[in-house]
Amino acid sequence: MASSLIIGQYVPEESVVHKLDPRTKIVMIFAFVIFVFFANNGWSYLWLTAFSIGAALSTKIKLRYIARGLKPVWFLIVFTFLLHLFVTREGDVLFDIIGFPIYTGALIQGVQISMRFFLLILVTSMLTLTTTPIEITDAIETLLHPLKKVKFPVHELALMMSISLRFIPTLMQETEKISKAQASRGVDFRTGPLKERIQAVVPLLVPLFVSAFKRAEELAMAMEARGYKGGEGRSKLRELEVRARDYLAVVVFILMIVGLFLLRDM
Amino acid sequence: MQENQIVFKNVSFRYQEDQPWVLKNVSFSIQSDEWVAILGHNGSGKSTIAKLMNGLLFPDQGEIFVHGIEVTPETIWDVRAKVGMVFQNPDNQFVGTTVRDDVAFGLENRGVDRLVMIKRIKESLEAVSMEDYLLHEPHRLSGGQKQRVAIAGVLAIQPDLIILDEATAMLDPRGRKEIISTVNNLRVETRVNLVTITHDLNEIVDADRVIVMNEGEVWIETSPRELFAKETELRTIGLDVPFVAKVTNRLKDTVEFSEQPLRQKELIDTLWTFHSQT
Ligand SMILES: Nc1ncnc2c1ncn2[C@@H]1O[C@H](COP(=O)(O)OP(=O)(O)OP(=O)(O)O)[C@@H](O)[C@H]1O
Ligand SMILES: [Mg+2]
Repeated sequence: MASSLIIGQYVPEESVVHKLDPRTKIVMIFAFVIFVFFANNGWSYLWLTAFSIGAALSTKIKLRYIARGLKPVWFLIVFTFLLHLFVTREGDVLFDIIGFPIYTGALIQGVQISMRFFLLILVTSMLTLTTTPIEITDAIETLLHPLKKVKFPVHELALMMSISLRFIPTLMQETEKISKAQASRGVDFRTGPLKERIQAVVPLLVPLFVSAFKRAEELAMAMEARGYKGGEGRSKLRELEVRARDYLAVVVFILMIVGLFLLRDM
Repeated sequence: MQENQIVFKNVSFRYQEDQPWVLKNVSFSIQSDEWVAILGHNGSGKSTIAKLMNGLLFPDQGEIFVHGIEVTPETIWDVRAKVGMVFQNPDNQFVGTTVRDDVAFGLENRGVDRLVMIKRIKESLEAVSMEDYLLHEPHRLSGGQKQRVAIAGVLAIQPDLIILDEATAMLDPRGRKEIISTVNNLRVETRVNLVTITHDLNEIVDADRVIVMNEGEVWIETSPRELFAKETELRTIGLDVPFVAKVTNRLKDTVEFSEQPLRQKELIDTLWTFHSQT
């Protein structure tokens, strides 16, 4: 299941969406998340769905891949739908299912809520699908930059994120190595009662933590030796650049929002 | 223009009050554009010396000067601006998410302009033959490749003093030769100091001078040639001379050496010329 879940995975492609400035993407997706709640009738939901699918198509990532990746989420969406269907009691009774009355209001609300859920998941997953984690980090750093005035440690946060990104694969490799080493000594993580399996994780975690702390200490020293003394007076190699396509994307997005509000009143 | 650029004056150091001294009354000096190798067994205090040179640690007794600046908590940033250091473990000094970002790290810290940065990153990665790996993540690199990147990171900041703390330990013999000669050429061209730290006597052959550490004390300060003759003494402090030196020292009774050969070629030349004389 873990491997089929695509939320948080980056899929490299040569598409406009990939090339957009990560800040543009973050801001637009954030706005989308808010505007989803403004949809109030069938047409407006259809409009938003069309836009999201259009956006998904323009990433050049296969829709089938995205749909398959959202499989675990489908279950949640269906579950939310059914929950609302049976629990809400508004409007007229439409029909009965084995003694349960189904109301029109329930049907409408069920569809609405699960549509929203679907749209939110689809659009937010597009951020990570088309943007590398480091780009997201850079974008967050610049977007949060104004918070520096209130002493929010923006640079430190971004550095922390990028160092975590750098060390996650290393620590994964290490976990693998330790678990193999322990398995060769007879520790069994995979079979047996749950209690024993949990106990078997201890000899995995202890060396992992010890080595992570050692790494952290050495890394801190290496960073100091390389002249790191905080965000003051630092220059940056990776530069974010707003280009024509970003303005174009924003215009398209605004037109979509205008359309949404027109459809709302229909 | 021979100046004492790095000076250790009666330096003593221990990591904690209740622990034994790691360095005991260490004194030495290194001249400008000199290549000095620091040699010693495991735990003899070599890495500690390197960290003291860079203001990562401070001496409990004695003084340290780097290019005229005394290393104190107030001057560390001036000192670190001049010193480029590569540590033993290449994995734990790789800060960036890609090769390019890692080489950039030291430059970013110094506030180097972006365009200059791009140029220097390219040049220094070329110097260590890693230009094809620009966008690789560290977990897709071998240990030796990470060491090359770390060295590129040091070259990029154009330091006055380069310290390599067993930084070539993970390279194969050919790679090591390549990297060391790259760094050495740079030293000759730009007159930087080079300090290499090792416990392998094969790696000191080209150095100007060797400082041998034993149990936290300077055991001897000498040239590689003279050191190679001290095979039996070196063995008492846990160091082994290379094959060439071993052969030479066995043959000394029968063959006349004008000077201790360092390289295989020198030994062979001495041997065949000696043979032809008799
Ligand atoms: N952070 C530390 N805290 C306490 N003791 C330390 C620390 N680092 C090193 N030591 C001790 O100081 C002594 C010298 O260590 P150092 O790392 O300088 O040796 P070294 O010559 O570099 O050895 P190696 O060849 O293994 O790298 C060792 O006895 C070691 O146990
Ligand atoms: Mg060491």
